[in-house]
Amino acid sequence: MKRSIIITGGTLGAAAGLFMLVNTLPGCRPSTNVQSAVTGDAANKAYVKPGAYDEFYNFVSGGFSGQLSVYGIPSGRMLRNIPVFSVNPESGWGFSEETKPMLMTTHGFIPWDDSHHPELSQTDGVPDGKWCFINGNNTPRIALVDLGTFRTKSIIEIPNSAGNHSSPFTTGNSEYVVAGTRFSIPMGTDEQRDVSIDSYRENFKGTVSFIHPDPATGKLDIAFQVITPGVNFDLSHAGKGPSEGWFFFSCYNSEQAYSLLEVNASQKDKDFVMALNWKKAEEYAKAGKGRMVPGKHYMNWYDDAKHTGISEVRNEVLQLDPRELKDLIYFMPCPKSPHGCDVDPTGQYIVGSGKLAALIPVFQFSKIQEAIAKNDVEGDFMGIPVLKYASVIKGEVKKPGLGPLHTEFDANGFAYTSFFVSSEIVKWSLETLEPVDRVPTYYSIGHLCVPGGDSKKPWGKYVIAYNKITKDRYLPTGPELAQSAQLFSIDGPKMELLLDFPTIGEPHYAQALPAELVKPREVKFFKIEENQHPYAAKGEKEAKVVREGNKVHVYMTTIRSHFTPDNIEGIKLGDEVYFHVTNFEQDWDVPHGFAIKGAATAELLVMPGETQTMKWIPDQIGVTPMYCTDFCSALHQEMQGYIRVSPANSKVELKGVTKSYDAGS
Amino acid sequence: MEPANSPSKAAMISEADITLGEVDKALVEKGKSTYDVKCQACHSIGENRVVGPGWKGMLTRRKPEWVMNMILNTEAMLSTDAEAQKQLEQCLVRMPNQNLSKDDARNVVEFMRTL
Repeated sequence: MKRSIIITGGTLGAAAGLFMLVNTLPGCRPSTNVQSAVTGDAANKAYVKPGAYDEFYNFVSGGFSGQLSVYGIPSGRMLRNIPVFSVNPESGWGFSEETKPMLMTTHGFIPWDDSHHPELSQTDGVPDGKWCFINGNNTPRIALVDLGTFRTKSIIEIPNSAGNHSSPFTTGNSEYVVAGTRFSIPMGTDEQRDVSIDSYRENFKGTVSFIHPDPATGKLDIAFQVITPGVNFDLSHAGKGPSEGWFFFSCYNSEQAYSLLEVNASQKDKDFVMALNWKKAEEYAKAGKGRMVPGKHYMNWYDDAKHTGISEVRNEVLQLDPRELKDLIYFMPCPKSPHGCDVDPTGQYIVGSGKLAALIPVFQFSKIQEAIAKNDVEGDFMGIPVLKYASVIKGEVKKPGLGPLHTEFDANGFAYTSFFVSSEIVKWSLETLEPVDRVPTYYSIGHLCVPGGDSKKPWGKYVIAYNKITKDRYLPTGPELAQSAQLFSIDGPKMELLLDFPTIGEPHYAQALPAELVKPREVKFFKIEENQHPYAAKGEKEAKVVREGNKVHVYMTTIRSHFTPDNIEGIKLGDEVYFHVTNFEQDWDVPHGFAIKGAATAELLVMPGETQTMKWIPDQIGVTPMYCTDFCSALHQEMQGYIRVSPANSKVELKGVTKSYDAGS
Repeated sequence: MEPANSPSKAAMISEADITLGEVDKALVEKGKSTYDVKCQACHSIGENRVVGPGWKGMLTRRKPEWVMNMILNTEAMLSTDAEAQKQLEQCLVRMPNQNLSKDDARNVVEFMRTL
C-alpha cells in the first residue's frame, strides 16, 4: 500500500567599583579554604537522592544573561533557564515569528537585557506560586513569567525611566509591581529632553511607576507614574501589615551628581529612603488628579491560545506630581548610598542598607507616621519634605560589618544582612538590633535570599548567598569563572554552610518558595483542540502548502517521528517561506525541534499542542534538508525531510507530501 | 519529596467496562474525528502498519478493553503487557499517550468496529 497526502497550492486568507575597596581593606578577603568552612553532615542536608524532588524552587536572576534561572533547593541543581529579555536559540525565543513581538520596544526589537530582581507574586503578603516578575535594567522593562508554563507571559516597557533598577517589587496582593528609575533624566517634549547634562538639577527628574498585572490574563499595564526629584533609585519594597499601602525606595546620589558618581555621589553622610503612600496615589489617580503625559511604550503579551505574542503601543502615561499632591512622598535620611530597602515580616520595620556605611539603620513605621503627622521635618529636598532621621528610626545596628547591601528575614524575629565589603552574612535580632551570628561568604556577596524572606510569612530554613566574585572557588575556566551561590542552613542558632553551586550570568536578587505551591499549576501540554493559532494544523489532514504571492505558508505537523509534509517542492528563489509547525503530541515533555540547513535563524522547539513559525528565505537552488532537533524516539534520527528550491522563474508545481510505503504488518 | 509515579493514573479498563451493542453511528462519527486529529498520523485504517499497526481487523485480534488501555494507559501497557511489548518490538516507537478521555477512547473503538 502506498499512502500519500498531496497538497497543492491554494489561497488563504556596581560591583566592579567596590571590588577596589575589597583589595584596599587588609584582612577583608576571607579564607577560601573549603575544609575550614563545612562541618558535620552538611552533605546530607543538601543531598536530594536521585528521583526525589527538591523542597524549594529558587528563582534567580540571570543578570547580564537577561534570563531567569531556576534551581532546586537544597540540592542547588539547575532545573531551567527561562528566556525573558534575551533571545534564546535553544527554544527559538526571539527567533520564532510568534515570540519576536515579546522583545519589541520603542527602540525596535531588542535581543538582550540585564535582568536583576525576580519577585514572586503574592496573595495576602505571601508568595502564591502564580507568577514571577523580573526587571530589565538596561532598556527599562518589567516581565511577568507564568509559573504554570515557566514562560514569559508579558513584558511592559517603562517610559520616562532610564535604568530600571529598583524594580519589580510587589504589593501584598500583587495589585501593583513597581518600577523605579536608576538614572534620572529630562522628560517631556523633544525640546524639553534635548538639554545640557549640566542642567541636571534643573531639568532631570526621576519616576516610579506602578504596574498593574491583570489577574486573569497576566497582561501588564502602567496604572500611574509618580514623578520625583532627580536622584538614583536603587531598590524598594512594599509595606505590609501596619505599613500596607506604603512603598519604600532607597535613593542614592542625593548630591545630584551627573559625572564621576563614584566620587561625586559619595559626598554626603546620608542619602534617602523615600516613603510613598501608594494607596493615596491610587486614590489620586482614580480621582483624576494626575495628567496624561508623553510616554510612548510597548505592552507585549503572549496569548497561550493563539500561541502568539502580541504587541500594543501606548503613547501616554498617567503621571502624578507630588509637588502638587503634597502627601504622596516623604524622604528619610539614610546612611550612605542605601541599596537594600527591606520591610520585616511584621511590617513595622524598614531596614536600610547603606552600602558605603558601617551600620544598619532600622526605620520604624509608627514613628514615620508620627513624624508626618507632627510635620517633624529637618527641611526639604527639591520641595519634598525630609523627615528628621532621629525621629523615624527605631535604632541602628552598630558595627555589624562593612558595606551592608540587602536584608531578608526569618519567622523568628531575625534578620540576615549581606555585607559586600567584609564579605559575610550577619544574623541580627530585630528586637535588640544586636548581631548574633556571622558567616563568611566566598566571596563578596551581593543579594541573599531566605525562602519567603521578604514576605509576611518567611519559610526560613535556608539563606542563600549570591556572590559577585568566584575566584578560587571552582575549577578554573579561563578568564571568566562561573558565578557563585552558597547555601547555608539557618535552622539552628548558628548559620551553617552546606553547599556551593554555580549560576549563570551574575545572580542578583533571587526568591524561593515551596515547590508544592508551584507544582499543581504545571501545564504539561497544550490541548490541541484549543489551539487557536491561525496557521495550526490540527492533525495531518490539515497539513498543506499555500502560496500567497511570494509568501509560502507550510502548515506542518509533527508527531513521533515524522513531519507532514516532509517533501516540499515548488519553492522558488525570492520566496519567503513560513513553516508553521504544529506539534500535535498530547503528552508531557515531548517537544519536537525543527531546523533547516542554512536558515539564518535559530531552531524552533515546539511544545506538545503548540504551533510555532520559522521564517525562511531560501538563498540557494537545490534540495535542502530539514530535521527534528530534539531526540523524540528511537526513530528520531529518521525524523527528517527535504525542501526543493527552484529558480525564480521555475514552473515546478507547489506541493507538500508525506509518502508512506508498505511497511508490512 | 517523592515525585508522583506516572503522569497518567487513569484506572485500567476491564472487560466489564465495555458493552458492544449495535454499532452506534453517532459514536462512530465522534471516534473518526478523534482519529483524524490524534491517531491518523501513525495508524492507517487499512491492514498495514504505518508507524503503528493498521486498524482494519484490529478487534478480531485485540479485545476492546486492550485497545482502550493502549490508548488511555499507554505507558503502563508498554511496561507490563506482553502483547503490547511484542507490538513495540515490531514498531520500535513507543506509542504516544495522546491524552484522550475515556469517552474519546470508547468512540475510537466504535469507529474501529466499522473498519
